[in-house]
Amino acid sequence: MKPLNGGRLLAHVILLMAALFTLFPFFWMVSVSLMTVEDMALFPPPLTPVHPTLKHYQVLFDELAMGRYLLNSTLIAAGVTMSSLFINSMAGYAFAKLHFRGRDGLFRLLLAMMVIPSQAAMLPLFLMIKQLGLINTYAGIIIPGMSSVFGIFLIRQYLKSVPDSLLDAARIDGAGEFRIYRSLILPLSKPVLVSLAVFTFMGSWNDFMWPLIILTQEDRYTLPVALANLMGEHVQDPQLMMAGAVLTILPVVLLFLLLQRYYLEGLVAGGVKD
Amino acid sequence: MMRMRRPSAAFWLVLPAMLLMGVFFVLPIVASLLLSFTDFDLYALARWDHLRLIGFENYRHLFTDPLFFRALTNTFYFVALGAPLSILASLFFALLINQRMVCGQGFFRTVFFLPVVTTLVAVAVVWRYLYHPRSGLLNYVLSLLGIEPMDWLGDPDWAMPSLIIMAVWKNFGFNMVIFIAGLKSIPRRLYEAAEVDGAGAFDQFRSITLPLLAPTFVFVVIVTLIGYFQLFAEPYVMTQGGPSGRTLSIALLMFEEGFRWWNLGYAAAISFVLFLIILSGTLIQMCVRRLL
Repeated sequence: MKPLNGGRLLAHVILLMAALFTLFPFFWMVSVSLMTVEDMALFPPPLTPVHPTLKHYQVLFDELAMGRYLLNSTLIAAGVTMSSLFINSMAGYAFAKLHFRGRDGLFRLLLAMMVIPSQAAMLPLFLMIKQLGLINTYAGIIIPGMSSVFGIFLIRQYLKSVPDSLLDAARIDGAGEFRIYRSLILPLSKPVLVSLAVFTFMGSWNDFMWPLIILTQEDRYTLPVALANLMGEHVQDPQLMMAGAVLTILPVVLLFLLLQRYYLEGLVAGGVKD
Repeated sequence: MMRMRRPSAAFWLVLPAMLLMGVFFVLPIVASLLLSFTDFDLYALARWDHLRLIGFENYRHLFTDPLFFRALTNTFYFVALGAPLSILASLFFALLINQRMVCGQGFFRTVFFLPVVTTLVAVAVVWRYLYHPRSGLLNYVLSLLGIEPMDWLGDPDWAMPSLIIMAVWKNFGFNMVIFIAGLKSIPRRLYEAAEVDGAGAFDQFRSITLPLLAPTFVFVVIVTLIGYFQLFAEPYVMTQGGPSGRTLSIALLMFEEGFRWWNLGYAAAISFVLFLIILSGTLIQMCVRRLL
């Protein structure tokens, strides 16, 4: 390609403007969260706080149990992530490397299930969780999230590339499948496990509808549920709500920026398939 | 030779995942269909023997319910406008970033992807203030351009487009990354050969890029449709389905009927219709792909 200077300039101008547009809501969110009531009343509205203050963050933690919500979100996301890594990698290994009757049919069935919206299962699932006495518990959210088709698929795709000879060598040495899974497959699949961990953690952290249904008391709320609830009472207090949004978003943004290589690789591995 | 031993190990390795998925996903889906043929409500929730089978009564009610009709129209409006817009934006920026002459490709990719990983509820809170008729920044910027302030989320005709703008902003980075991967998998020598043959940029795009990107495109369309049909958090946080029901989505109606009014039988019928809509959308896409 022979880039014309004008075309090249135009491409960069468009990209930069789009980047500004994309980042602006985040910038404004942080900015407003640091403003005082007086700053907000100014006209024209200032882009950056005139008298920066952390007061709203303090109110969130001291008066509105933000620490509790952070803890709830973290524990639930960590619980879902750890169990999903374990369970999906076991199944992914079996689907990728072991022969059993009905394997390919079962796998196709799993893939087909991906088009079923989770919302279609929510009402009976709610009744089940209620029967199990798990309403308003972490377990009510963690257990239905412990295994996922996407997770199994991701692990399977990755392990397909592991040579069979490696596994056969271990088998000849007398290692059983569980032993191979633990001491060969798990270390080998570290990169894809990181991908899956980031995906699962973020998915669980950002999830809204199911926690909204299951968590009935404030002390169990996750951050998104708490934020939606706060919006009802504190809609007149933009700074406070923005501070809440910052705290909700910050952990996932940091996680993404740190591990984006794994995240994007996992996304592409799961997306560009046939 | 060694296959004699393997099946049992495979069985135990697969079992936990299959059991969990069977009990907490497949079973509820089937139960949802059964539930939709009952009058399960608050009384049945207290005592199961109040439950009655009522056949297709819920579905009959559904198709005479103006609220459901509203939700159906709104959801299709959101999908019909939002999905093409976000896919086109993804494709546009994927093509732009993938140009060899662009510097900072990784930077732009990360920036455009950032909204995808952020929490929808938090983002909806931020946009609700951006859209605010008086203190919102959007109206201020428009006023600089001499445009009258608008009540974005309060105007029945503008509420849904406002949600669509936010959804496009939030989601286009996802498909963009998929498109970029698809573009990268097209062998460069095809373009080189076309250039030797004297094909211009547009010809190359039409006869190489588009056909080879078709599978990625179908995948992107399916994933986007499935996601957009499940519209829930945006109206829940930003408009509560208003003004005058103009942003009420199918999922939001299901939530309200099921978990606010406890008409679980009726809500199950709603969720099953949503399932059928998404299923038929996906099947149509797959047929289209076969024709390509």
